[in-house]
Amino acid sequence: MRKIVQSHATEFALLAVIALISLFLSLATDRFFTLGNAFDLLNTSSVNIIFAVGLLVVLIAGGIDISFAVAASVVQYVAALLLESIGGGGWFSGLLIAAILGVALGAINALLIHRFKIISIVATIATFNIYFGLLMFFTRGVSIYNLPDWLTSRVILFEHEMADGSWVEITLPVLIMVACVISTWVLITRTTTGRQLYAFGDNPEGARRFGINVGGMQFIAFGWLGLMAGIAGLVQAHYAQEVVPNALYGRELDVLAAVVLGGARLGGGKGTVLGCVLGVLMISITQNGLNLMGVSPFAFKMIIGAIILVAITLSNTNIERLLPFMREGSRR
Amino acid sequence: MTDPSGEKADARALLSLRNINMTFGGVKALKNVSFDVMPGEVHCLAGENGSGKSTLIKIITGVYRPASGAVIDYDGQTYSHMSPVTAQNGGIQVIWQDLALFPEMTVAENIAFQTLLGRWPRFVNYGRMRETAIRALKRLGVTLDVDLPLKEFPIAQRQIVAIARALVGEAKIVFMDEPTASLTQSETDHLLDIVRTLSASGVAVVFVSHRLAEVLEISSRLTVLRDGGLVGVYSTEGMTQSRITELMTGRTFDQHVRAQPKDANPVVLEVKNLTRPGQFEDVSFTVRRGETLGITGLLGAGRTELALSLFGMLKPHSGEVVLDGKPVRFSTNREAIEAGVAYLSEDRLSLGLIQPQSIADNLVIASLDGIRTNGLLSDERKRQLVAQWVADLGVKIGKQSDAISTLSGAISSASQSPNGWRPIRNF
Ligand SMILES: Nc1ncnc2c1ncn2[C@@H]1O[C@H](COP(=O)(O)OP(=O)(O)OP(=O)(O)O)[C@@H](O)[C@H]1O
Ligand SMILES: [Mg+2]
Repeated sequence: MRKIVQSHATEFALLAVIALISLFLSLATDRFFTLGNAFDLLNTSSVNIIFAVGLLVVLIAGGIDISFAVAASVVQYVAALLLESIGGGGWFSGLLIAAILGVALGAINALLIHRFKIISIVATIATFNIYFGLLMFFTRGVSIYNLPDWLTSRVILFEHEMADGSWVEITLPVLIMVACVISTWVLITRTTTGRQLYAFGDNPEGARRFGINVGGMQFIAFGWLGLMAGIAGLVQAHYAQEVVPNALYGRELDVLAAVVLGGARLGGGKGTVLGCVLGVLMISITQNGLNLMGVSPFAFKMIIGAIILVAITLSNTNIERLLPFMREGSRR
Repeated sequence: MTDPSGEKADARALLSLRNINMTFGGVKALKNVSFDVMPGEVHCLAGENGSGKSTLIKIITGVYRPASGAVIDYDGQTYSHMSPVTAQNGGIQVIWQDLALFPEMTVAENIAFQTLLGRWPRFVNYGRMRETAIRALKRLGVTLDVDLPLKEFPIAQRQIVAIARALVGEAKIVFMDEPTASLTQSETDHLLDIVRTLSASGVAVVFVSHRLAEVLEISSRLTVLRDGGLVGVYSTEGMTQSRITELMTGRTFDQHVRAQPKDANPVVLEVKNLTRPGQFEDVSFTVRRGETLGITGLLGAGRTELALSLFGMLKPHSGEVVLDGKPVRFSTNREAIEAGVAYLSEDRLSLGLIQPQSIADNLVIASLDGIRTNGLLSDERKRQLVAQWVADLGVKIGKQSDAISTLSGAISSASQSPNGWRPIRNF
């Protein structure tokens, strides 16, 4: 048990913070602690969680990406146009198109970083500007409202009315999110490629000496994030029932904060899917709670900023220092 | 002695190198070197710091590509250069001088890292990995918790992990680049036993060590490099430490030089009854000007903690430290540095140096006050100071502005901010 707590210190710290916040919110509002609200939260967080697990892979491999949210907007827009040109399509063709476009945009980042040796933050700030500039230039900021019917109609996979009158719903975005989370988890913990990504992020020179394909690692990491961003883009269009070119602008920093909060390290080699999901959930829970409490949305950002600081401090502090009883008998 | 220049590769050799040249920027790291290893032999690669030993190993393992014209014969095949994958698949294993481990990953993953390689994704078999790791450690006579991340372990145990890793694969030849650098005597003895076992089972071992006694004890043949050039290949039979030193340096030394007693010199440092419960108790000693004092003890005996206490990074519980006649009590290492105490950490490669920065910047980092003019750092004074230190230390570097990571293992540790060098005070 001690071993588990030690090796998952961040996750436990986050769980504790989430529990505290939830406790506070359920005392402060009567709507928070309902199953209906919990599922609402999952539905609204799906897009960010999909982004987050993609970004996690890039962070583990020692990179960073600023461009993925804007890339998702590009994917939305181009996918909407392509779908129209093929006469509508469906979920399958939609996801396929979004995935291919996303991977292509991610591969551009990988190419800049690997081939032209541009550090990832600079390369992706550049592509962030290029993608966004192109998008605004070609769309002139005009949104698309007439999306295919399949994309705009809500797909409810499971619903149930609770005794208190609230609805428990599982929607398609949640299913897609779960699939993304599980496949990312399988990739980074269960496959040799995933472990190579960790090793590469942890000690690039060491990985190189083992003959790990360094360029391949960049393409896999950024390609995976591109894939997730493409999917997230389509899911977001479905959720919002429209494509607005600047709808996702700025989302990258929220997601980045959540992923780092979840224990991923800027610099590579560290991070878990569970931590990353908890990081996103913690921020959404706070946002949702503040909403229910009727706090002004202008105060949101401030409070969330403060919570990120507190949570990061907690999870960076050695858990053994917080729980002195664990120090006994632990290794020298 | 044989003179291998221009000679044909020896057909019985497992590994045979000819015409190896390697240049980094302006520095010729290897000049027309040849090197042969017989199956199952223990072969020592000797040379001063910066003579090109690690570079040669990196060429054999495909990390670097030698200049064209190189011939690498290995296990019946001829290559003009290697790749890390070919080298590993062919059974070439290395214990790197800088270990090249993955601190965030578990000990098991670090040891059984080979099983994670390969071009195409496979599922990881964690159970088999643990078993492999435990078996490799057992061969070394060590038990470690293989599920903990490597970063939890001190440097000596990491070195053991690096050794265990090299024993996992089906090795035909194992390169050991200073494997004993941070091991205790008993761990070293154990490692030397393993080298003998490997050799007896037909695995060749190429051993790099600056401890010449070890070299003579373990190896049967010796290849000496000097300044990137091959000096020769010798049998260790009848070889003495002083002869090896002569070959390595090209100079003769009087072997009977002993440290001169410094009893007449004034006391610089006096430590009285220094105690930090659980780490060291009641430690007292004095150091005179010009003296070198060795502090020894087993792993975990509190040596590092004692040193850190004298450097202001740990607080002693009780006792007294007198520096230059004045009692001192450092609360930060900054104060210690200002008082003229320098500290070179045991994990020299990661703790002591700022790897991507230049040699010059690393050297002056602890002495920034000494290169300040009118409140701003002066490049000119930095250059002078660094030139003087490099001359004092007698080391070979490329340009002052080269990254510190381009230096050879030992020289980069010598570059750890020598703030204690007095010249800075009267500069
Ligand atoms: N990547 C590099 N870039 C530039 N110069 C390098 C690089 N690697 C090694 N050198 C230079 O090549 C020379 C040989 O270095 P090498 O590391 O092979 O020495 P070594 O014999 O292993 O020394 P030590 O005993 O100190 O480990 C040194 O002068 C070093 O500065
Ligand atoms: Mg070396």
